[in-house]
Amino acid sequence: MTEAMSALLHVDKISKRFGGFVALEGIDLEVKPGERLGLIGPNSSGKSTLVNCICGTLQNETGTVTFDGHVVDGLAAHQRTHRGLARSFQLPRPFHSMTLADNLRIPLLYTVRAREGMLHAHSDLGARCHELLDMVGLAKKAKQMPRDLTQVEMRKLELARAMAAEPKLLIADESMAGLSHSEIEDILALLAKLNERGITIILIEHIMSAVMSFSQRLAVLVSGRKVADGKPEDVVRDPEVVRAYLGQ
Amino acid sequence: MNGVKFFLIAIGIGLLILAFAHWLELDYFYFAGYTILQFIVLATAWNILGGYCGYVNFGSAAFFALGAYSSVFIHKTFPLPVPILMLIGAAVSGFVGFGMGYLTLRLRGAFFAIATLAMAVVLQTLVVNWDYVGGSRGAYIIRPETLDIAGFQINYIEYLFVLMLVLAVIALTTARTIERSQLGFGFATIRDDEMAAEASGVPTLRVKLIATTLSGAFMGMAGAPFPYYIGYLQPASAFGLEYAVNSIAMPMIGGTTSWIGPLVGSILLGSLQQIATVTISSAVNLLIVGLLLVAFVIIAPNGLVGLVQERLRARRKP
Amino acid sequence: MDISWDLVVNAIVAGLLLGVFYAAVTAGVSISFGMLDIVNIAHPAFIILGSYIAYFVNINYGVDPIVVSIVALPAFYALGAAVYQVYYVSFEKRGQESLRGLAFFFGLLFVTEVSLILVFGVDYRYVEAAYIGPSVHIGLIDLPLRMLVPCVVALAMFAMLQLFVTRTFLGRAIMAVSQDQLALQLMAADPIRIKRIAFAISIAATSIAGALLIVIQPIEPSVGRDYIGRIFAICVLGGLGSMPGALIAAMLLGVVESLTSTFYGPSWAPAVAFGFLLLTLAFRPAGLLGR
Repeated sequence: MTEAMSALLHVDKISKRFGGFVALEGIDLEVKPGERLGLIGPNSSGKSTLVNCICGTLQNETGTVTFDGHVVDGLAAHQRTHRGLARSFQLPRPFHSMTLADNLRIPLLYTVRAREGMLHAHSDLGARCHELLDMVGLAKKAKQMPRDLTQVEMRKLELARAMAAEPKLLIADESMAGLSHSEIEDILALLAKLNERGITIILIEHIMSAVMSFSQRLAVLVSGRKVADGKPEDVVRDPEVVRAYLGQ
Repeated sequence: MNGVKFFLIAIGIGLLILAFAHWLELDYFYFAGYTILQFIVLATAWNILGGYCGYVNFGSAAFFALGAYSSVFIHKTFPLPVPILMLIGAAVSGFVGFGMGYLTLRLRGAFFAIATLAMAVVLQTLVVNWDYVGGSRGAYIIRPETLDIAGFQINYIEYLFVLMLVLAVIALTTARTIERSQLGFGFATIRDDEMAAEASGVPTLRVKLIATTLSGAFMGMAGAPFPYYIGYLQPASAFGLEYAVNSIAMPMIGGTTSWIGPLVGSILLGSLQQIATVTISSAVNLLIVGLLLVAFVIIAPNGLVGLVQERLRARRKP
Repeated sequence: MDISWDLVVNAIVAGLLLGVFYAAVTAGVSISFGMLDIVNIAHPAFIILGSYIAYFVNINYGVDPIVVSIVALPAFYALGAAVYQVYYVSFEKRGQESLRGLAFFFGLLFVTEVSLILVFGVDYRYVEAAYIGPSVHIGLIDLPLRMLVPCVVALAMFAMLQLFVTRTFLGRAIMAVSQDQLALQLMAADPIRIKRIAFAISIAATSIAGALLIVIQPIEPSVGRDYIGRIFAICVLGGLGSMPGALIAAMLLGVVESLTSTFYGPSWAPAVAFGFLLLTLAFRPAGLLGR
């Protein structure tokens, strides 16, 4: 019992169906504070659905999601974000009518400021936006619009926007697709730095080298079920995992 | 320029218009002007929910009519001065806006739009079957000739005109203030990508409810003086399609992203319709509005204001 | 309580017949809204257009209205394809379908209604056919042929659409495109073309629905608006994209409407569907959330 209580995120037997299609079945997952968890699985294995259920974009049908000691089922997504749960979207969803800087201003206004209840001067916010954009290498494009970005840059914006919410747990959903090797290194370094500051990170990726080097623990989803959960070296050699990947 | 300054300047312009009207000494100006001012309010109100948040309301006529019928109801029970009726109209329509929003805003935008249509028909059916406010036969409200206030005698239609002018100024100021505020920012995120807005911490339901309530309230306020203006209120006219289509066409043709759009759209389309109704027929005039709406939505999605903005941007590039 | 069972039974039967007709009216929207996610609120406008075309040819040339509607099918199909093309290029491609797409269809609805008012006026119009007038009597049940014939035609059309969607390659492609556009592209089928065909079919269905409408009741241009509520209420109640569900929901709606009309008066009838819709959207959104 004590172990469960020390977890930052505790997902307890959650399931989710879409009509007749079972997207998630009986998923158990635990993430300790400060941990770096990698989540992998073939396409359509339910990774994004799991993220959606954890973050409140979707409601799980059975089971419970507990974050930071509180049960969050039934809480709207924005309330979970206020409590420190942030995510980036697999397919970038920028606010297309605003500049990049303004895209980051939104979580700063609606999450950070709401949480702290203090009034940051506008110039403070501007500086913070710039700092965040700089961290992902988009500082020069602060005044540009999302439509002028490449796919890769949009993924970086997604990540920056999640970071702007100053989360306790950050879920990075395929932020590195299409990045060059050095760009991947940059993002991993950034995530590592965030982790050093105490931010727990769940990394969802297909790029195995990145996942292996970054994760302290690895969980594997296949067809809506968790089939492995443990040290990366062990998981990767697990016969069921191998079968799932080769079987695709 | 902050909200207060804008409000004062707008009031100043209003006073100029009033002075002009006095000088003209034409009752028709007041009648026509009232209609256009009414549309400014309706278009601006619609745009708060439609243009800023991206949620289409097809039931503007219902909110407008609710304001009108509240006035009829009160007039028959215990007559009150028109400004108070406007506040009551705001409360009634605002409440209905809130209630409907609460029931349907959790769903996709498309369902909300359909629900607004549904609500409009349900309300119309209820009113048609309610004899106290006249039912399908309609209700007569006799418009007094003048308003006696503080020893002055004002032409009643001028009084209504002034009320609507003040309301228009308030509506425009509110829209502009919202646009530049954190709330307006929140509205824009809902329009752009609601899921991302939620994930970023925007309390989308609450924000949308503010929009529907405000929007409904302004429409109710616009409707409250209507029975006095028109003298004979019939459900068919109060719930008429022309209100639904105009409150959508005017902001969409004018431009939905700023407060200027509905203003431009309502002045242009309102004047156009006044001319067309008098010269051709009211059915043709509605047809023109409908065609313009379809054309603009396809060709110039950002409306006239958008076209002007694009021209300016193009000229600025070297 | 002194209820005349005669009245109740007939109201229920009339409601069932009407319900089947409603299902036919809704079938097109099941496809365009349920499967393609296009909120075509102008659907009733096309139906009314179909009604007026049937009326015009019937009155001037004496042709049976249902026959007219079948002959008009290709024209409606082409119209549907054209409308979809405009919709796609102007809105779907740019991702603006929520606000502008709705405004577009609303504009179409409005323009159609006003144009019909200008051309035909606001008087009620009706058609003449051999089966309008006589009734079949079975025990206490009165089956007016003008309701029975459309009911049969509606069932036939509905069955054909259902078979098309479930049995033919094209039909299944339409169901697939509603679920996974990417998969369809990988199969080298053009999703846009498939959607255009589906939408065109949904509009073609309105030609027939229109003829059935004018057989059942006299029409005038604003009648279309009453149907918006019915159509979407049925779609939502029956489960989006499920045509059998729509049929059941339609019959349920038809019966409730018929009973309301009989016992409380016809002026309450439009509110029934819309009321259903509001209640469903407000309290039973299961299956609608998260789409």
